[in-house]
Amino acid sequence: MSDSKTGAETLINALVEQGVEVIFGYPGGAVLPIYDALFQQNSIRHILVRHEQAAVHAAEGYARSTGKVGCVLVTSGPGATNAVTGLTDALMDSIPVVCLTGQVPTHLIGQDAFQEADTTGITRACTKHNYLVKDADHVSAVVHEAFLVASTGRPGPVVIDLPKDVLMNKTDVYKRKADVRRSSYRPVVKGELSQIEKAIEALSNAKRPIIYAGGGVVNAGPNASQLLVEFTRMTGVPITNTLMGLGVYPASDKQFVGMLGMHGTYEANLAMYNCDVMLNIGARFDDRITGKIDEFSPNSTKIHVDIDPSSINKNIMVDIPIIGDAGHVLEDMIRLWRSKALNIDSGALSDWWGQIETWRSVDCLGFEQKKGDAEIRPQHALKRLHEMTAHRDDVLISTEVGQHQMWAAQYLGFEKPNRWMTSGGLGTMGYGFPAAIGMQVGNPDACCIDVAGEASILMNIQELSTAVQYRLPVKIMIINNQWMGMVRQWQELLHGGRYAESYTESLPDFVKLAESFGAKGIRATKESELDGALQEMLESDVMTIFDCCVTKDENCFPMIPSGKPHYDMLLPGSSQEKVAAAIQGEGLALV
Amino acid sequence: MSETRTFAVLVDNEPGVLARVIGLFSGRGYNIESLTVTEVDDDANLSRITIVTGGTTQVLIQIRNLLERLVPVHRVEDLTAVALANELEPPVQRELALVKVVGAGDKRVEALRIADIFKAEVVDTGLGHFVFEVKGRKEQIDRFIELMVPLGLTEICRSGVIAVSRGDKAL
Repeated sequence: MSDSKTGAETLINALVEQGVEVIFGYPGGAVLPIYDALFQQNSIRHILVRHEQAAVHAAEGYARSTGKVGCVLVTSGPGATNAVTGLTDALMDSIPVVCLTGQVPTHLIGQDAFQEADTTGITRACTKHNYLVKDADHVSAVVHEAFLVASTGRPGPVVIDLPKDVLMNKTDVYKRKADVRRSSYRPVVKGELSQIEKAIEALSNAKRPIIYAGGGVVNAGPNASQLLVEFTRMTGVPITNTLMGLGVYPASDKQFVGMLGMHGTYEANLAMYNCDVMLNIGARFDDRITGKIDEFSPNSTKIHVDIDPSSINKNIMVDIPIIGDAGHVLEDMIRLWRSKALNIDSGALSDWWGQIETWRSVDCLGFEQKKGDAEIRPQHALKRLHEMTAHRDDVLISTEVGQHQMWAAQYLGFEKPNRWMTSGGLGTMGYGFPAAIGMQVGNPDACCIDVAGEASILMNIQELSTAVQYRLPVKIMIINNQWMGMVRQWQELLHGGRYAESYTESLPDFVKLAESFGAKGIRATKESELDGALQEMLESDVMTIFDCCVTKDENCFPMIPSGKPHYDMLLPGSSQEKVAAAIQGEGLALV
Repeated sequence: MSETRTFAVLVDNEPGVLARVIGLFSGRGYNIESLTVTEVDDDANLSRITIVTGGTTQVLIQIRNLLERLVPVHRVEDLTAVALANELEPPVQRELALVKVVGAGDKRVEALRIADIFKAEVVDTGLGHFVFEVKGRKEQIDRFIELMVPLGLTEICRSGVIAVSRGDKAL
């Protein structure tokens, strides 16, 4: 038994074999054996967060920007329950995360022991899978299986609950990664060829085609995005991206018609409504995308490529489902398109593009900002951020949730995948800053910016301490309008301007707040100060908050009101009557 | 339009697996009309779950796909759909019930006579009660219970439906 190791040491060995370089965590009684083992090794770096929710978001930011699995370590009870929001966020956005939670010793489980929570019970609904390890002999196999489950198929969060005695007991058993498989878990990656043939034939016969690509292409790796670009260019089809998919197709390309959905562009949404063939790759017909279900793209043949069979025919019935990994399916599509020498009728396609150009000429994202204006329009602030960083390839953006998130999606234009990290599914305020910390840890030389709102940023503001401790030069750009902007917008549009609890009294002085943590603070309140402040933020090599004070009552347009079809968009400058008429009846009950 | 389906689900026999299956139904608002589970293969550590559920076609496809997505699930078969596809009779479905009837006189005689018609077995008796064991299709058991109500029915315990497909193909 000379080489027997504790459960905790075995755990670390398995993590090292999995290639884990960083763990985001917070210690506590039940995980002390793991911290002890971490202390005695040099392969894995630990980043001490200030709240467990932030640990999971940081791991998400790390995972999304590097393509690796994010790893989290929290203690039992409150450590695990604090992680639940992050886990749910990762589940909704399909982000690979492995979260190690401490647990009370096995003999105390069920005794309502100090810091005991039924972690596997609580996290069953917010993880892809979870484990309670009851024997130190099982630790290595469970770790390898957890990483396999988290990172393959449709990725997602996996929890491993580790009782303290299991971590302290000795074991001789170490299973290697290659020896661990699970016969009941076999995600399909190759799409069925006959379906792919049907799909590309339908596309080649289209007169008004559109490609609608989402986060599944990001998850399929950078190669999948390249294949998507290749396929889109060889077919000449217009392409739109979901919020989750921004960056899988270069935003500056002329075939890109912008983001679609509730705050998507006029041209993208009308193209979706009027198309005759829709190729959905790695998106899931989310309610933010479809609007009114029974009027969603009523006359199109729908092709849906998804790695998760349960995403198919869930919200929208499709004609040609293809189950598989976006990269593999695109590869087959390109090959078959070439070998069959297919093409789309050029006359029809150019008519379609003509139509799209007339929609585009509406300039739905237009706004007016004059030089020397007293106020900064939020759209202008983000447009300038984009213009000042467009020449760089090393800018990674995360966001919080609300108006600033939608403006960032509309104005920031991404050329490549893995550069845009936002909480799309769960819509978690407080996501962006810890995510940016994870991005910076995974990409030490990149320029990592959290585009925030002044309300969202306060939800995980304590992480300033983390960023300063590890000298992470994260930038927070607060689009500060002193309102929970999206709540205020809905109250204006739907609730008669009764602004219940959406104004934030007693906001901190963000510059002084930054300084109190040892970070840098910058503020701009006038248009004339904006560029200088942005420049200062971009050039800063320390943790920086830029408090960008903007117009207070700006609304985010275009907007498809809840329960409305794509053609019923509200554009900037829509009259109050039009707004009032648009939002009535069933739509009021929707979110 | 809602239809009723019987699913057979082969799963690893491990803690939490039933909670995952049930959580899937409750979390998404689907109905469970009947659910049974027990180990069927000791060596391979497999359990078989039989679920009777109802829903629209879209919901039934979802249920199947969501069940298949669970990590410890090996196979999911919609036995009703398989029977339809192969032009077979509906799958063989059986349920067992224990029914306690308390009474005296004519009612007691009548209860025994009806039990005989249903081939129900008396598994416990005293001067004032019977416990019947009755098995068959769900509808037969429903009918048996219905008839026992006026005869002094006091307690029912049902096993839930178990099912296998007809024909020579196995799960």
